Amino acid sequence: MSMLGLYVPGDSAVYRIPVGAKLLGLFGAVTAVIVVGHPWTAAAAALGCALLYPLCGLPPRYAWRTLRPVLPFLALIALFQAFTGDWQVALRVCAQLAVAVLLSGLVTLTTRVSEMLALFERLARPLRFVGVRPERVALVLALTVRAIPMVASAWRASREAYLARGLRGRPHLMVVPVIVGLVRSAEAMGEAMTARGVD
Amino acid sequence: MLQLENVTHAYDGRTVLHDVSADLTERRIGVIGANGSGKSTLARMLNGLLVPDSGRVLLDGRDTRRYAKEIRRRVGFVFADPGTQIIMPTVGEDVEIGLRGSGLSRIEIEERVERILRRHGLDGHRDHPAHLLSGGQKQMLALASVLVTEPEILVCDEPTTLLDLRNVTMIQRTLRTLPQQIVLLTHHLDTLGDFDRVLVMDEGRIVFDGVPDVAVAHYTQLMRRRLDDPPREEPPEPVGGEPAP
Repeated sequence: MSMLGLYVPGDSAVYRIPVGAKLLGLFGAVTAVIVVGHPWTAAAAALGCALLYPLCGLPPRYAWRTLRPVLPFLALIALFQAFTGDWQVALRVCAQLAVAVLLSGLVTLTTRVSEMLALFERLARPLRFVGVRPERVALVLALTVRAIPMVASAWRASREAYLARGLRGRPHLMVVPVIVGLVRSAEAMGEAMTARGVD
Repeated sequence: MLQLENVTHAYDGRTVLHDVSADLTERRIGVIGANGSGKSTLARMLNGLLVPDSGRVLLDGRDTRRYAKEIRRRVGFVFADPGTQIIMPTVGEDVEIGLRGSGLSRIEIEERVERILRRHGLDGHRDHPAHLLSGGQKQMLALASVLVTEPEILVCDEPTTLLDLRNVTMIQRTLRTLPQQIVLLTHHLDTLGDFDRVLVMDEGRIVFDGVPDVAVAHYTQLMRRRLDDPPREEPPEPVGGEPAP
């Protein structure tokens, strides 16, 4: 649905599980795979996690999209472990990482950001006693998520302007306009938040 | 009622509003003027985003200097660039965030969000990433996000500037149906045909205040004169239009 791997609407059972339970499940499953520490068990778990996607109503391409960005790192780790240790260690480590990534992706894709933020807000409540406002913590996290496409958009705009002027090479020249654009966007967003009473 | 009393404001030594006074009583009020004429600064004063250096801005007698938070709840503000007005990652969440701390129950919030999204043609987009909407949809979302809090007055700062003709027409139609008092800043002069009153701003002053057709004619003449006989020293024009607050 988006380049952020955010929520994909659906109505399977996993969507109805409370976010706290999902995160506990994620933590439990990853811990179990690490504690068991058996290469074939970890590999089977990774395969099982990939199969969970269609079972949860998500097209299999989402499993691929989730795993794809970390594949180069997994390949490097596998090569390093295979040369310095043995192939079983390589398989175990890579499979464990794949389990963690696939399950985290599944939680993200089936949970609204607002639900996640509500949980963080609840978890941050005890910090009130040291002067932290939990709703602010949640808002900061939401803005962080929101800022990702904003940064991408600023970079794209700057790059297009750079290429349109016939400039080539020296990509560092785009850094300053990107930062200036982002500062302006941040100021405008701050003003909009104040106007909307979200401050 | 919104009132401006001898409002003066300057940015970095450049005065952008000079002793502006007006009682905004009509239901549909347009504000027109060239870039840098002080329109956006005036609009930001109405919702308490900016307070004047001197003079007062009042809503039902309450000064924006003292009651800014309350006034912001009562006076909604729509910006020219909806991209910066969208705070949350998805459409539904962005509309919903304005209702945080409103005292409404979860069910009431859900109902209100559903209703406003339906009314603005966004009901199928609730879980859609807000940054992937089209320009027109983003502006509709920005409008919906403000209207969900049910403000009494809506100040729109050039909400159609970045839109194509189809989306301009869509926003114009939407604004026409709203029950709120509307103060609309625009460069789309045809939008103002059925407005009750139009203020023409020039160099930080209201230079005309009257019915739309006469105001538009006055503004057109003013701009023609400016083109034929430009002032010797133009004030610096910030990139992107109005001076940043």
